Amino acid sequence: MLEVDNLSCRRGDRTLFTALSFMLPASTLLHVRGRNGSGKTTLLRALCGLLRPDAGAIRWRGEPISELADDYNREILYFGHLNGIKADLTGQENLRVAATLDQDPLTDGAITDALAQIGLAGFEDLPTRMLSQGQKKRVALARLILSKAPLWILDEPFTALDTDAVALLERLIAGHVADGGAAVLTTHQEVSLTRGEIRRLELGAIGC
Amino acid sequence: MLSVFLCVLNRDLTLALRRRTDVLTTLLFFVIVVSLFPLGVGSERELLRLLGPGVVWVAALLASMLALERLFAADYDDGTLEQLLLAGQPLSLLVLAKIVAHWLLTGLPLVIIAPLMAMQYALEATAIWVMMAALALGTPVLSLLGAIGAALTLGLRGGGILLSLLILPLYIPVLVYGAGAVSVSVIEIADTQPYFALLGAFLLGGLVLAPPAAAAALRISME
Amino acid sequence: MKINWFKYAAPTAFYPLAGRLVPVLAVAAAALVLFALYWGFFETPERLGGTNPQKEYYRIIFIHVPAAWMSMWLYLVLAAWSAVGLVFNTRLSFMMTNAVAPTGAIFTFLALWTGAFWGRPSWGTYWDWDPRLTSELILFFLYIGFMALHSAIDDSRRADRAAALLAIVGLVMLPIIYWSINCPDPNNCAALHQRSSLTDIESNILTAMLVMTLGFWLYSFAAAFARLRNIILLREQDSAWVRTMVDAAGAGGPANAGGGDALDANRRGVSA
Repeated sequence: MLEVDNLSCRRGDRTLFTALSFMLPASTLLHVRGRNGSGKTTLLRALCGLLRPDAGAIRWRGEPISELADDYNREILYFGHLNGIKADLTGQENLRVAATLDQDPLTDGAITDALAQIGLAGFEDLPTRMLSQGQKKRVALARLILSKAPLWILDEPFTALDTDAVALLERLIAGHVADGGAAVLTTHQEVSLTRGEIRRLELGAIGC
Repeated sequence: MLSVFLCVLNRDLTLALRRRTDVLTTLLFFVIVVSLFPLGVGSERELLRLLGPGVVWVAALLASMLALERLFAADYDDGTLEQLLLAGQPLSLLVLAKIVAHWLLTGLPLVIIAPLMAMQYALEATAIWVMMAALALGTPVLSLLGAIGAALTLGLRGGGILLSLLILPLYIPVLVYGAGAVSVSVIEIADTQPYFALLGAFLLGGLVLAPPAAAAALRISME
Repeated sequence: MKINWFKYAAPTAFYPLAGRLVPVLAVAAAALVLFALYWGFFETPERLGGTNPQKEYYRIIFIHVPAAWMSMWLYLVLAAWSAVGLVFNTRLSFMMTNAVAPTGAIFTFLALWTGAFWGRPSWGTYWDWDPRLTSELILFFLYIGFMALHSAIDDSRRADRAAALLAIVGLVMLPIIYWSINCPDPNNCAALHQRSSLTDIESNILTAMLVMTLGFWLYSFAAAFARLRNIILLREQDSAWVRTMVDAAGAGGPANAGGGDALDANRRGVSA
């Protein structure tokens, strides 16, 4: 589904990676690893189209993502270092906004269910600033339950989560990949899948 | 399309209502700046009547400038701006929704409180009406133009000062015709018509051109 | 003969070309400016105008008007390169905008300054809210804004693109600003100030003014290219051709060789 061809990115005056190529077919998880500063986040932001690479092409189902623009954005779900939730809105409201922006007609029940599934039953109507760091992250992760996007791009989703939540997130990713979705993930821990394929990409090891 | 626009508008209004102080500070800033001038230049009625339109407009410019810093900054800090960029909806539309919300929260209160300020400057009833109408047409232009600057200076150290440096020169046409309309209305009310035509033209031009420019600026700043 | 213009769109090819052009342009600019000064001081009448003549002090026109013309022309150049950069994503265009901006700001300042000195004897004041003076001041703010925004952003690519967008917004707004200052009362817009009419000017004065403009124009090229060479070196310090050049220069002296080593070490740090 996703094809990266001869990609290179610079940040300021530093070359992060050059001539990076890989394919990401359906039902595949790409696990990106590398030491700090090796360009993992930059790669993920380039895959989202947030950042224009210095050279190379990224194609989604054969078409360059820069030409697909908004059509491509509707196909992806990006989860970055920042949670992307408003502290003054409740979990329910945050997810409602996210769903409307995806033009996804969800019932309030579906959102409540998703929050309950992620372990936040009873917290739906609290402004998220009252929640702990981990709970905020859970609110953001509830988007994964509701999302229908075929490509997930997850930047360090496991940080600040307790073991229960980590296990839940692993199940969610495994389910998404098993359903024919694709995912790109950065994390320092090992990941395993019950079904589907895991590919690994080590950044910084390839010379530049 | 409309549902997305309303969703963002509603979101920003809800957020502002949960943090009312932000809205009130802008308004109070406007009131204080306008009230300080007579203390500086003296309180002769004739002088104040002459200065009034210009002072109120300059204060409105500064107040709108002050509020602009927050237009995208909060969303940038918590990552929701990233999500807006990746929403797969036309970014210009989302930006326009944010600008409209911003104007409703910071521009409209200025329009409503303007009569009170005008009374401090001994302006006549007709001049007050003209001032309200001119502010109602002019302040949205300030929000539209300012959004471009706010997007360009996103996340920069000292962004607020830089923002004023970039945007205040661009506010000149609105200032000239906004204050001009009020000054002219004191002499002959019929003469204000071309002023309003020009302010209206600026508003239409701004509505068409500013959101795409601000959207492009956001994409540049988010790289 | 067909010249491949795109060849020089790459910094690699442009760097040596600019290096050869700078001295030529600088000498030509100096010659023209000197000629224009001579002509302006010794071959022109002692007074300007008929009913209300200006005496010797009118000669400031030979700096003032060419500087004002260049200030406006260079903003146009700045905005044009910005647009080219944003559309075609060419690095050299952005570097060009950065090289042109300071020269434009200097000419704007020069026009304002000489204008103030001319205003004092002829209008009796250093500053007047005359439409042209005010627009020139706003132009100065736009140049300053461009440079301030560029230097406030650390990431050079974001800085280039953000400043370019600002330049274009400024270009769109400039006519509106100019017009609003020129005509603050839309009911009564006609003949606010005297029109400049080149044909009425005495031919010797016109000669000196036009030669000076040409001199300033060549100076702008020389200054911009010189600045551009520095910017190219700074931006391309990682690339192979700059390293080769620094290494070649380094063979001459130990100080330079040290520079080359530092660059090498930097390079290794990146790839490690």
